[in-house]
Amino acid sequence: MGDGTELGRVRGLGPAHEGEEGWMQQRYTAVGNLLLVGFLAISVVLLPDMSFATVSGWLKHPVPAVALALLVVNVFWHARLGLSEMIGDYVHDPANKFAALLLVRFATIGGTAFGVFFILKVALAGGTAAGAA
Amino acid sequence: MASRPLSPHITIWKWGPHMLVSILHRVTGDGMAFVALPVLLWWLGSLAAGPEAYATFSGQASTWYGMVVLVGISWAFFNHMCSGIRHFVMDVGAGYEIQTNKGWSVATSIIGILLTAAFWAAVIYL
Repeated sequence: MGDGTELGRVRGLGPAHEGEEGWMQQRYTAVGNLLLVGFLAISVVLLPDMSFATVSGWLKHPVPAVALALLVVNVFWHARLGLSEMIGDYVHDPANKFAALLLVRFATIGGTAFGVFFILKVALAGGTAAGAA
Repeated sequence: MASRPLSPHITIWKWGPHMLVSILHRVTGDGMAFVALPVLLWWLGSLAAGPEAYATFSGQASTWYGMVVLVGISWAFFNHMCSGIRHFVMDVGAGYEIQTNKGWSVATSIIGILLTAAFWAAVIYL
């Protein structure tokens, strides 16, 4: 444990000695979003247009396909943590809170699975990277 | 009930820019979870489904309300990014002096809008 900052001195020292994983994961995925959504934003700017042929051809290249798959995993993970935090703040009834957290977990994991599947379907479809399918 | 002073509550605080930043960070973050992620899945799903489905998506995206949604998503992202970076600075214990805190609170909100404008200008002109 670091001793440079106040944060470093107290992390993990709560009565439970744990529970900071979600807080740290929110930061890790935040940095991931910075890189991956940044990649998407720059790609959208640099692509000649957003037509089906251009975008699906672009997504057949390894780096865009992997970056977008990681983006989907990362943003849904970050969203699950953020939505769970909101539920923790505003939903006080234990049964409702459990139901809401369950729904958020299922929805974000489902969203991740669909997103990655869509990318794989485009990336691995017939046709070469250079020419659109 | 005897009229004794209440403990500080939401109505007595003087508004400051840091409150706006905090509220906008939550609103843009949870807003993106409810709007941007479905749009992202729709975009990727239509791409996977083929040219006709993609034409439906881009047809909706290029209407005036589609553009409102897309510009709104981009602003939410850049605003959330700026206030998120501010969070990282404050996580290490820096930037709590009142003037510094106020200055960066105003700055993150403005930089978020400027980045949104720069992004769309780049999309249109590059």
